[in-house]
Amino acid sequence: MATRLTDTDVVVVGMGAVGGVAVLPLAQAGIEVIGLEAGTWLSKRDFAPDEIRNNVRDWPMAVQKANGEIPTSRATRSAPTTRAGRHPMMNAVGGTALHYWAQSWRLNPWDFKVVSETKRRYGASRIPKGSTVEDWPFGYDELEPYYDKVEYEMGVSGQAGNLNGKIDPRGNPFEGPRKRPYPMPPLRGTDFLEKMAASANTLGWHAFPGPASINSRPYQNRSACMYHGFCNQGGCHVDAKNSPLVTTIPRAQETGRLKVVTRAHVTQIEVDGEGRASGVTYVTDGVEYFQPAKVVLIASHTYENIRLLLLSKSKAYPNGLSNNHGQVGRHYFSHHQLAGVSALFPFSLNAWYGTPAQGVAVDHWADDNFDHAGLDFIGGGNLWVYSDRRPIAAASGSTWNRAPNWGSAWKAFIKENADRTNNSYLQKTTLPYEDNFVDLDPVAKDALGLPVCRITGEYKENERAIAAFIQDKMEQWYRAAGAIDVTKAPLGGAMGPSTHAYGGTRMGDNRETNVVDRWGFSHEASNLGILGGSVMGTSGARNPTLTAQALSWRTAEHLAKNFNAIASRRA
Amino acid sequence: MSVISRRDLLKRAGLAAVVPVAGVDVARAFETAPPAAAAGPAESLVAQPQREPREHLTAAESDVLEAVVARLIPSDEHGPGAKEAKAARYIDRALGGALASSRQAYGAGLAALDRYARSSRGAAFAQLSPADQDSVLIDVETGAATGFTGSSAAFFNLVRTHTWQGTFGDPYYGGNANFVGWDLIGYPGIRTVVSAEDQRRLERHELKPNHQSAYDTEMFNKATARADEEGLLRRSSRSAGSKAGA
Repeated sequence: MATRLTDTDVVVVGMGAVGGVAVLPLAQAGIEVIGLEAGTWLSKRDFAPDEIRNNVRDWPMAVQKANGEIPTSRATRSAPTTRAGRHPMMNAVGGTALHYWAQSWRLNPWDFKVVSETKRRYGASRIPKGSTVEDWPFGYDELEPYYDKVEYEMGVSGQAGNLNGKIDPRGNPFEGPRKRPYPMPPLRGTDFLEKMAASANTLGWHAFPGPASINSRPYQNRSACMYHGFCNQGGCHVDAKNSPLVTTIPRAQETGRLKVVTRAHVTQIEVDGEGRASGVTYVTDGVEYFQPAKVVLIASHTYENIRLLLLSKSKAYPNGLSNNHGQVGRHYFSHHQLAGVSALFPFSLNAWYGTPAQGVAVDHWADDNFDHAGLDFIGGGNLWVYSDRRPIAAASGSTWNRAPNWGSAWKAFIKENADRTNNSYLQKTTLPYEDNFVDLDPVAKDALGLPVCRITGEYKENERAIAAFIQDKMEQWYRAAGAIDVTKAPLGGAMGPSTHAYGGTRMGDNRETNVVDRWGFSHEASNLGILGGSVMGTSGARNPTLTAQALSWRTAEHLAKNFNAIASRRA
Repeated sequence: MSVISRRDLLKRAGLAAVVPVAGVDVARAFETAPPAAAAGPAESLVAQPQREPREHLTAAESDVLEAVVARLIPSDEHGPGAKEAKAARYIDRALGGALASSRQAYGAGLAALDRYARSSRGAAFAQLSPADQDSVLIDVETGAATGFTGSSAAFFNLVRTHTWQGTFGDPYYGGNANFVGWDLIGYPGIRTVVSAEDQRRLERHELKPNHQSAYDTEMFNKATARADEEGLLRRSSRSAGSKAGA
């Protein structure tokens, strides 16, 4: 029997990238919030520049609750099921935003209107077969103020490319109009990045520095980035990476209305006799607690959001909470980040110091920024070249069929070439499909004996066609910059677990095809809100975190403004 | 120049008192690597007059492993290799912790490799010429070597991966002694601050290696982080199972 705790206004499940954001507008509005977090408090002292611990041994992820609930995956219903060795996400106050790359893009306006814009420009036949993609219930303009809010409240560095409709050639000319410039200038460049930018110009493309939730100068009394080179899968030793741990959570705590409970492993969302969320049950050190709340916000990563709903079965929701329309786990997709392109240059790139969010982008071939009339796909990809290298990875990379894999000839090769390679990061439009989904695995269990998520999914023709197209563009760019060798990874098959996981609790006006409404609240249990990538119906060609955070702020602000109505309304 | 703090070394070499290396300052022995020029390819093959104390591998296993890593990344005209980096020491220590699940694979694999050397080339692996050692390793790498449990290629990849870690990882873990791995590939070292001027100096090839470990500063919590020790996974499995678990 769970110990019943004192009632609160709002309980938020997960103090990561999105839950850690929602608590601030709530607490500032005078609402009492309890934030439950499966992990612990970490500090900058925990974030050593140590490749063995961070990257070889996966320290950020190889700990705590998440690693017991690694999703299984299979390409199709009839394909064999496999399970990865680690979870893509970590547990801690601040969540995976502690060690992520911190690229903080806004989606392109097209991403909100994929269906209507595709029909308008190319005709209905161009929507890929079997895709369940829908327009978002609102456009870019609706989210713009919240993008702006998060960029300023948390701190994002970058170069505006479209200020109130006026194009600034230093930034991304394809971005949606923004009301204000970024609060900080972009992260600094390097000789190699500048060379890549100049090479893009020779192709008639436009290269620009990307946005990062990393301080390019001191911001909010925190340090600027030190470019030490261990940001990729590592936390920041000077608090310059702007996770909720160092931004929104401490400010929410200052109000006296946020209480963070760590090591709380949430197992179930509880409902009352009327099908309304009544609170959550969690386990700490084997002891079960029930935290009652007027409103429940779940803010885990996509897999855990889905799993919590599917595990929370009741009389009102026999197939899982908010799943009476069978939509929980549907419209799932993991971002097509694979199918990369690598290059070998005949000179050193001096990439030992830097951060993956420090780079140059080309957006000509993303979204609908180019004419698709003669092509066999919709959407596209963002080309990203960045500064990121660590010694073990540099030494153990490909020898490009130019040397054996060990011995003196290998040693001579890496001595010369360890700093001469570059891996591009190509994020591509990924759509939801009828037969890609997440459910509970019939066999695999977590440490508490609860089933883990099972991903059934594969990249389809549209995604593979984008990948092939984008790889060619990237090769062209590398060759223009003087690369002497270029390799392309396979176009992609099965969708494994990913940090960029979308859908499963999609947002939309139609309750037959979506789990949450346009404000992020359940169509079925109306005092249950859902935060994170799981509500996003399209991926765009760029990292999801800023969009998920903007949506989180918007949901929290809506809740704060309508608290009494939401806390008391009937399903 | 201190490679690893002396305190850490002495702590790690805590078994020095029970290891028969009378009169040898263990810390100094660890810190002293042969000069690059003197460590020619042939020299790594002479029988070791003195073996460093091992924590997990047996003396016989250690002899084979030392000889293997010395061929994977040889000492040659491009400088010291994995032997000088003490990659085997890294592996030995890790086999008691992060790589404990590979301990059995090392025992079986090293024994099989040495048996294969004796049966196919007529001598213990460590006693073969460099050319014969390489030919044995090619057999192991390609899966052609017999007598292994499973594929010899899998064992080869395991050792090669760990040799890389022990040569190019932070010296805190026992390898990359005297920063020979980082110097080989031109990595200028751990810096907690890299200014724009530092980057420009790097680009002008004027940034000198600083030979720092991440843990040379007092900035960071060492080894296993708090999150690992307090991890919920362990706690929940402990509470779900026996108290003695985890």
